[in-house]
Amino acid sequence: MILLVDLCYEKNSLSQYEFVHPIASHLESSDFICRIIHFTDVTRDELDLCDKIILCGTALKDNGYAEHLEMFSWIKGCDNPIFGICAGMQVISAVFGGKIVWQPAIGLDRIEIIRESPLLGEPREIQGYHLHSFGVTLPEDFRLLAGGQESVEAFGHRVRPIFGIIFHPEVRNRWILERFANL
Amino acid sequence: MLFSGGKDSVFACRRAMEKNEVACVITLVSENEDSYMFHTPNIRCTGLQAKALGLPLLFWPTRGEKEEELQDLEAAIAEAIKRYGIQGVVTGAIESVYQAARVQRICRSLDLWCFNPLWQINQVSYLRLLLSEGFNVIVSGVYAYPFDASWLGARLTDERTEVLAELQKRYKINPSGEGGELETFVLDGPIFKKRIEILKASRSYDGYRGQFVIEEMQLVDK
Repeated sequence: MILLVDLCYEKNSLSQYEFVHPIASHLESSDFICRIIHFTDVTRDELDLCDKIILCGTALKDNGYAEHLEMFSWIKGCDNPIFGICAGMQVISAVFGGKIVWQPAIGLDRIEIIRESPLLGEPREIQGYHLHSFGVTLPEDFRLLAGGQESVEAFGHRVRPIFGIIFHPEVRNRWILERFANL
Repeated sequence: MLFSGGKDSVFACRRAMEKNEVACVITLVSENEDSYMFHTPNIRCTGLQAKALGLPLLFWPTRGEKEEELQDLEAAIAEAIKRYGIQGVVTGAIESVYQAARVQRICRSLDLWCFNPLWQINQVSYLRLLLSEGFNVIVSGVYAYPFDASWLGARLTDERTEVLAELQKRYKINPSGEGGELETFVLDGPIFKKRIEILKASRSYDGYRGQFVIEEMQLVDK
């Protein structure tokens, strides 16, 4: 089972349809079982029940999750594969000592994959949909997978199966969701 | 709520009403028939829909020039902030990155929330959901092969949804019509306080392009 962690401003928000349901819907159509949980409700028991975890994105104006980073301390001790999308990537960066930085972007942009990884495959150029106010710095123990040091598009932990991307894979890049689900 | 009167804006409005208070609906009326964002055959009929929904309507004209209409949309939303104190904008965007990104940029410049509750939804499942929740939707325009004149004014049914699903497989059309293949108009639904009855309408059709234009209609108690 894949646990989809909803980072939106409140439980069952209007934004959940936009940032969580498309991911659940796509994975379920590929026969993966998903369970949605709000970040304020994550417990040890919930984590024990799942095989993989996806931290989902939020609306452009919704950055409340960054004021509750203590609620994500479980990430460091979790052995399951974790994939952070946009806001989720920001949380992973912050938990591992990186910084969340003002870096607004909206729309389709060129993404340069610079390093081969199980998540994104071989180095090449793709188009990705950006919708964020904040980007990240690369934390220690993480490798840059796409973008540059000044605009981190994707990263992966050097040892553990933990990944983050700043663009939204549910838009035109659903194959990334499937690659993570099949890790 | 950005409102064209079609099924997507009406259903997005329903979802917004379930979670938040909808302060008003905003309709941009484009003089340009090829407008990328704001043209539909019955755009002037949204006034009666707004009455049926019990919501104020902000009706805003635009000449429909490509980038100018975005400035007009921003002006309309700014007016909605002034008149109704809106804190966010809801759209019925499903797949169009072009439309969604532009509305997102306007919301950012006006410091508003932006919601797209139908974003990336499975289109055939969405059409089934729309019908199962009791929306009465008619086809008000067709703009692509192989839609014939029988679609104009026809009610969207489970049978027609299955035809659209088949057309998606055969011709890669968007079943919800977001690629401009078809336009719809909503006459009734669970958020309607009154339903709309069409009294007079005209059809025009030529070469897989056609419109069903509502000329007279009225509100009817439910």
